[in-house]
Amino acid sequence: MIEVENLTKQFGSKRAVDDLSFTVTKGEVLGFLGPNGAGKSTTMRMITGFFPPSSGDAKVCGISVIDQPRQAKTKIGYLPESAPLYHDMTVLGFLKFCASVRGISGNAKKDAVEKAIETCFLQSVAKQSIDTLSKGYRHRTCLAQSLLHDPEVLILDEPTDGLDPNQKHEVRQLIKRLGKDKAILFSTHILEEVEAACTRAVIVDRGRIVADGTPAELIKQSGTGSLTDLFRSVTTRDTEQPAA
Amino acid sequence: MSALTVYKRELSSYFAQPTAYAVIVIFLLLSMGLTFSFGQFMRIGDASLEWSFFFWHPWIYMLLAPAVGMKLWSDEQRTGTIELLGTLPLSTWSAILGKYLAAASVWLVALALTFPIVLTVNHLGNPDNGAILSGYIGSFLVCCTFLAITMLVSACTRDQVVCLIVSVAACVTMVLCGYDDFTRELGKIASPAIVEGVVSIGVWDHFRSLNRGLLRLQDAVWFASFIFVSLLGTSAILSSKRS
Repeated sequence: MIEVENLTKQFGSKRAVDDLSFTVTKGEVLGFLGPNGAGKSTTMRMITGFFPPSSGDAKVCGISVIDQPRQAKTKIGYLPESAPLYHDMTVLGFLKFCASVRGISGNAKKDAVEKAIETCFLQSVAKQSIDTLSKGYRHRTCLAQSLLHDPEVLILDEPTDGLDPNQKHEVRQLIKRLGKDKAILFSTHILEEVEAACTRAVIVDRGRIVADGTPAELIKQSGTGSLTDLFRSVTTRDTEQPAA
Repeated sequence: MSALTVYKRELSSYFAQPTAYAVIVIFLLLSMGLTFSFGQFMRIGDASLEWSFFFWHPWIYMLLAPAVGMKLWSDEQRTGTIELLGTLPLSTWSAILGKYLAAASVWLVALALTFPIVLTVNHLGNPDNGAILSGYIGSFLVCCTFLAITMLVSACTRDQVVCLIVSVAACVTMVLCGYDDFTRELGKIASPAIVEGVVSIGVWDHFRSLNRGLLRLQDAVWFASFIFVSLLGTSAILSSKRS
């Protein structure tokens, strides 16, 4: 469903993503791990067609984001990292707007918006203006936006960031549930989340994949039974000098 | 189709916030105030709106049009919603057109609300209403040109204040270049070729002929090309910012 082939992104002299390749198949939830600045968000932005890659390609349901960006975008639901929203709109208005842009109209639009509101537990704030909402609700509004068109591929950039423990649990359950018939790629800093929601995980560091496997395999690979130990041993800390 | 969706969202955003109301009210106060004070609408006793009314429009637009257009892309970049727009199945041109037309519509409403002056002049005398209509078209085109320039600037920066200052400066330049007093002074120190070059970027030549009721092809081409090039530049800047 998601095929990433030799994806590279160069910002000036800095190579943010370095020849990255991986695939996510239907029914798979891939956890995307890595320290800050490892290139996770950049990779996601390239797959969703926001950044053009310097080289390489990403295919979503067999459609290249470079050659047919509009068709590819219709297959993807995307939650950007900071969960950006139009603050002058109501939750309902915002979701209707996103549905219209996606070409959903009439009763189908009403149903899609209602379903997304229900899935993300937004019923109580649906008619509120977005700028009056708490962070958790804003995050879920943006998540709802990504589910409107029932996409085959979901790309979620830190979907549990800034949520309280209850909300985190709900979102993880949601990802697990949706992952049964979609391909999901989600990035996180929270290593427990990998065990809780992922069927597979990759760890990236400085734009390259440094570990790849099911949570059980990764824990085994760590030798100590802890994902944190593996994470610390394979990634570069920003306090240490990178090897030349 | 998606341009229409963006258009509706932008327009309702203007009217959901005080921006549109503030701009419309100030425009009406200034245009009417200037018409009846410095424009000497009553004293001239001329049943036309060329000097008393339309003359002031470029001066007002050069300050107020950027205020309407400054948020168009700056705000999207500051809040990150540009990432949302960029990953929806929506072409950059649909977004640009939707936003641009929404800002232009705010001004269309403002201009439409000056209708009492048309009624007044028709009540007092026997004006050439064709010329008044063409004056309105000229006025709206000047405004659209300034909006297009503001949109171009707003694509360059995420800071609305910077966008406002830079686009006001650009619009002021376009109003001053080609204004008679300014070109006369310039003619004293510069060669005719330079003066001609400077005048050609000014709005007055094209604005005035429309004001007199002349619909010239060259004016249409001038306005259309200024607007088109600005929108093209906006699209180029937005795509280059991502790569």
